[in-house]
Amino acid sequence: MASSTETVETVNELTGAYKYGFVTDIETDFSPVGLSEETVRFISARKNEPEWLLDWRLKALALWRKMEEPRWAMVSYPAIDYQGLHYYAAPKAKTDGPKSLDEVDPELLSTYEKLGIPLKEQEILAGVVAVDAVFDSVSVATTYKAKLEEKGVIFCSFSEAVQRVPDLVRKYLGSVVPQGDNYFACLNSAVFSDGSFVFIPKGVRCPMELSTYFRINAQNTGQFERTLIVAEEGAYVSYLEGCTAPQRDEHQLHAAVVELVALDDAEIKYSTVQNWYPGDVEGKGGVYNFVTKRGACRGKRSKISWTQVETGSAVTWKYPSCILQGDDSVGEFYSVAITNNAQQADTGTKMIHIGKNTRSTIVSKGIAAGRSDNTYRGLVRVLAGAEGARNYSQCDSLLIGDKSGAHTVPYIESRTPFSTLEHEATTARISDDQLFLCRQRGLSPEEAVALIVNGFCKEVLQNLPMEFAVEAQKLVGISLEGSVG
Amino acid sequence: MANGLVIKDLHVNVGEREILKGISLSVEPGKVHAIMGPNGSGKSTLAHVISGRPGYEVTGGSVEFNGVDVLEMEPEERAAAGLFLAFQYPVEIPGVTNTVFLKTALNAQRKARGEAEMDPMAFLKFLRDKAKLLQLRDEMLKRPLNVGFSGGEKKRNEMLQMAVLEPKLAILDETDSGLDIDALRIVAEGVNAQRSPERSFLVITHYQRLLDYIVPDVVHVLAHGRIVETGDADLARRLEKTGYADYTPAA
Repeated sequence: MASSTETVETVNELTGAYKYGFVTDIETDFSPVGLSEETVRFISARKNEPEWLLDWRLKALALWRKMEEPRWAMVSYPAIDYQGLHYYAAPKAKTDGPKSLDEVDPELLSTYEKLGIPLKEQEILAGVVAVDAVFDSVSVATTYKAKLEEKGVIFCSFSEAVQRVPDLVRKYLGSVVPQGDNYFACLNSAVFSDGSFVFIPKGVRCPMELSTYFRINAQNTGQFERTLIVAEEGAYVSYLEGCTAPQRDEHQLHAAVVELVALDDAEIKYSTVQNWYPGDVEGKGGVYNFVTKRGACRGKRSKISWTQVETGSAVTWKYPSCILQGDDSVGEFYSVAITNNAQQADTGTKMIHIGKNTRSTIVSKGIAAGRSDNTYRGLVRVLAGAEGARNYSQCDSLLIGDKSGAHTVPYIESRTPFSTLEHEATTARISDDQLFLCRQRGLSPEEAVALIVNGFCKEVLQNLPMEFAVEAQKLVGISLEGSVG
Repeated sequence: MANGLVIKDLHVNVGEREILKGISLSVEPGKVHAIMGPNGSGKSTLAHVISGRPGYEVTGGSVEFNGVDVLEMEPEERAAAGLFLAFQYPVEIPGVTNTVFLKTALNAQRKARGEAEMDPMAFLKFLRDKAKLLQLRDEMLKRPLNVGFSGGEKKRNEMLQMAVLEPKLAILDETDSGLDIDALRIVAEGVNAQRSPERSFLVITHYQRLLDYIVPDVVHVLAHGRIVETGDADLARRLEKTGYADYTPAA
């Protein structure tokens, strides 16, 4: 495919630099530095939140103070100074916030343009994608809302949902990932600033792909977004998030929480293309990506499918999971994780089989280049009542060079004899013979690696919505730049 | 200067060991040269050095193609200049279909030559026509490169790559090894169909039988790193009877 050639063109354009490493210069409204009850109250007040939500946050803060940062993942990073961060940063609003795109700060729009997000409605028409853009902490513009509302679909920023549909938020918030679930989710619960909210009512098939781009802009700011997607009986939605961050020498903390709820016969497809700044060749700077993503298949025959392409971040700690509660429900996890230079990724999934005849599929492709370490960590747990449960796991690793590491840590637990669990794992290396074959046929070493790696990831990439699959193919090439030769 | 491949006094080491000990050879456009010789004589080394495979050290001599020093070029630059190597042991690339691989390769070469890339639809038709000539089923174009191919299919696939990339000089490195007589005939027909006044071939083989189908203009015998005899197609037939026993190294 010409994509590998295009990839190299893109790389050349970038002259080897991280493409999204620019900083937007706009006035920002910060919370006081550090984490305290005062910080939480500041955030809650800024968002004009109801009392119950403030209490919910404060409860999380109290829990978090008693918790220890987890150290079991195969990643190492210096201690994070939680008291040295700003927990809230919003572009200073003129009044209440923009009513239409014309009111959005042109600086912001040009940032999105550089990111290649087609924010203008007519451009979005071409791709039929609705974008909810999260700039630091405040959602600046949500497009296509009207068309979605016709169908009864709610797609808005989390803050807006708190004002508009507080009962829905209250019903589902924390129902999949409770405040005290883990250290980073708990931190998020106390200080989350914004995120996306999606509600698909009974029987509605969401007429377009929904998409959110996250971007960390302000310096020394953690980004703590919170996403909640609820699909009622028989509903369907496909949701995509893309992530980038500017290039900075300091590390940036990103601790997000995503909760998905699928009722009877509902289906949620959640795709992520994550391209946070990975740090430089020596490992200076880069995003710490500590994310909790979990979906609950509450209803019978419901389905949740995670597809992720992880190419960025200095450290990734992320396990998108499915709780297969409803009988005959289905969980899927398709993952490509690429690490280069000094990046570290510890990522995988959890499939918890509770209902009868629940099925799950795990396909993980880890690519490690440079001095990076790439770990797949996964849990398949079948509870006693989950008769007829089936899981198929496939974990493949590809090594580039001789200083990278690939690790596979699968946990498999079954408490019923009436289940079928399969696990396959392979490790391979890009051979000199493959590289020479490609070069003899006319490809440069970079093009050859991009082609071979895209082939290796194909099963996962083909699960992405079309327009993002192309972007992901290019990213694969860009992120492995400099890994051979 | 379209004078084809000109090799002068080429010396090549692998590690400390000298494998090629002064090879001189000219292949003019439109000609088919065969290189025969016993195992370990340096035939494959010659093919690899011409195409730029890493791991060989050229200690003396020169290789020019149409007046350009190819030893100074990267393998992909040599490919774009029209040098093609059909591999003795074609490797697999999982997940990359034959079609994608060939389209990527052809467009990379066209781009390197400053030509326009071929659009996907035109390419697909072009590819199917070439596949038909080699009696390759369309289904094989959709399979990942060489994955699960039989020995014969892999070699026919090498011929397909050659047909698509339309090189100026094709080096066939023991393409006949592991082929049954039917596959051998198909491969030979593929080569013969591509013979033209502009295109030359360097056919490396251990056995004479391939040369029953691809009749060479010139035959060289390579033994112990040197060309020990050069003749016409009759030389190959004579070797079939006498074997390589006459070319034992000078003590």
